[in-house]
Amino acid sequence: MAEAPKAPSKQPPAGGRAASKKELPEHFKSYKHVWVFVEQERGQAHPVSWELLGEGRKLADKLKVDLAAVVLGPEGEATQHVIGEAFNYGADLAYLVADPLLEDYRNEPYTKALTDLVNTYQPEILLLGATTLGRDLAGSVATTLLTGLTADSTELDVDEDGSLAATRPTFGGSLLCTIYTLNYRPQMATVRPRVMAMPERVERPVGKVITHPLGLVEDDIVTKVLDFLPARDSSKSNLAYADVVVAGGLGLGSPENFQLIRQLATTLGAEYGCSRPLVQKGWVPSDRQIGQTGKTIRPKLYIAAGISGAIQHRVGVEGSDLIVAINTDKNAPIFDFAHVGLVTDAISLLPALTEAFRKRLSPHNRDKLASRRAR
Amino acid sequence: MHIVVCIKQVPDSAQIRVHPVTNTIMRQGVPTIINPYDLFAVEEALRLRDVHGGEVTVLTMGPASAEDSLRRVLTFGADRAVLLTDRFFAGSDTLATTFALATAIRKIGETFGAPDIVFTGKQTIDGDTAQVGPGIAKRLDFRQLTYVSKLVSADPDAKEIVVERRSEAGVQVLKSKLPVLVTMLEGTNEMRRGTLEEAIAATRAEIVTWSAADAGVEDMQKCGLRGSPTIVKKVFAPSARSEKAAFVEAEDQTPAEALVEAIFERQPALQEDLAALAGGY
Repeated sequence: MAEAPKAPSKQPPAGGRAASKKELPEHFKSYKHVWVFVEQERGQAHPVSWELLGEGRKLADKLKVDLAAVVLGPEGEATQHVIGEAFNYGADLAYLVADPLLEDYRNEPYTKALTDLVNTYQPEILLLGATTLGRDLAGSVATTLLTGLTADSTELDVDEDGSLAATRPTFGGSLLCTIYTLNYRPQMATVRPRVMAMPERVERPVGKVITHPLGLVEDDIVTKVLDFLPARDSSKSNLAYADVVVAGGLGLGSPENFQLIRQLATTLGAEYGCSRPLVQKGWVPSDRQIGQTGKTIRPKLYIAAGISGAIQHRVGVEGSDLIVAINTDKNAPIFDFAHVGLVTDAISLLPALTEAFRKRLSPHNRDKLASRRAR
Repeated sequence: MHIVVCIKQVPDSAQIRVHPVTNTIMRQGVPTIINPYDLFAVEEALRLRDVHGGEVTVLTMGPASAEDSLRRVLTFGADRAVLLTDRFFAGSDTLATTFALATAIRKIGETFGAPDIVFTGKQTIDGDTAQVGPGIAKRLDFRQLTYVSKLVSADPDAKEIVVERRSEAGVQVLKSKLPVLVTMLEGTNEMRRGTLEEAIAATRAEIVTWSAADAGVEDMQKCGLRGSPTIVKKVFAPSARSEKAAFVEAEDQTPAEALVEAIFERQPALQEDLAALAGGY
């Protein structure tokens, strides 16, 4: 949570940071194990859930405790399939609340189901994806439980005394901070899609599934779903999960020049994106923003043109296999984390780069490549 | 209809600089702005009031200087501004923030009439958590509608509201009951400019200023650092990678060709991936 984390230099008010020492109250000492909330919508599990199971596995192994998947949904095959997948991605056991009222996501029944599970089975760590669903749910659950929540964590670890250390960017992404919830349980954190690597999927048998009742009837729930309009495929960008991404920043100089980014992306069969200032200026729609407040990406190739590389951008691209930066300023921070750099003006380079790639990837050259491989 | 809008005055993040030696934020001279996401909430509240009548109360928690942002919202036509300011609130995390704001909203209800809708932006640009809205709703026992892309209808008599809410896979059309908390998505409306009369009135308007005690806080242990379950243990700048980027130098090639060469040299497998992606030949 730490919403606008306090500047460390500021003096706390009288009484001080009373809770900065670990003095876990007796009734929290029975809280054990790591839980991952597995998010599904209309029978489709969100991949962030598997990424979190991968990360949760590491935390559970360090703490020598179990890793549990929490699945909420309607009864039936789709939900059973999600449970099976949770075991394939490393869960030791699963908690299930299956009820027709959980067909669509609604805050009220989901908050009740997850809060009841926590109070009954008492996990020490609870992780959720920082999606529209996960953020809606996490805030309600943490407030109900009066516990700490670190939103949009970019790194999770447990320290020597077994406390969760959640690191996230702060001050608009100019610094990182590490946040603890020492004296409350569970320690909650959300993580954005693609921030953690996808773990290997290994076919495993379904293990122990503990079911719990929802204990609500439809009349108890105020909010009703009147309709669901699925996103049109054409309008949905696949930026977060793309293999190749090309992005532009302020160095492009004008909104017109952003087409140079789109042209290179088209040539490469890539998705395109941008840094935050271009969205704030209205040059590019917000669903194309890359960085802490936009999408996190982990492509095989990321080309950043005219982007200086503020921390808020860096944390969104660091998982890329190969980062290529083009910038006029050889001291730009992006060259601190890019693998390959070219100091030049992106505006003049981009058309030439598109052409160079086109040539290199032309059928003629591809045939040459294929014959070389055949030999 | 009584509508409360929560706003936050934030540093203009584009202007934040980090001290190169101490790694602390250099706050001096950084201009502050109204959290941009909150403006969509303000506009939506004003539109509802214009249609249904009633009042818009704008609320913020912050230092005395946050009055500037409140006054600005008054120039857009809000009817009343409440500033919640007290050193007991310093260092609040999201849980402590929602305690303070929910307490103040209850007090606003007692003083100026119970709110039908509480609006917030979807998140702030300094904290980026998107957790304060849901926390306020929970504490007030209001239903919550987050990531609202469109307010379809609101009926103060039937106490009903219909919205479109963005989800990961599409858009949910939801019907709920007032009172409700709504967090607005960006780009959902265009902020009005406000009239000259409103601007003049705003400069003279009295800002309702409450301390924690004024707002009805009884237990100061629930405020600020002491009311925050989370603890920021360290703040730091990320370390640079051990090696900097390998800079490409063009010799007998153009810079573009040299760059393509360097990319494939580093990751030979990419050539095949790209050929497949570019496909279509």
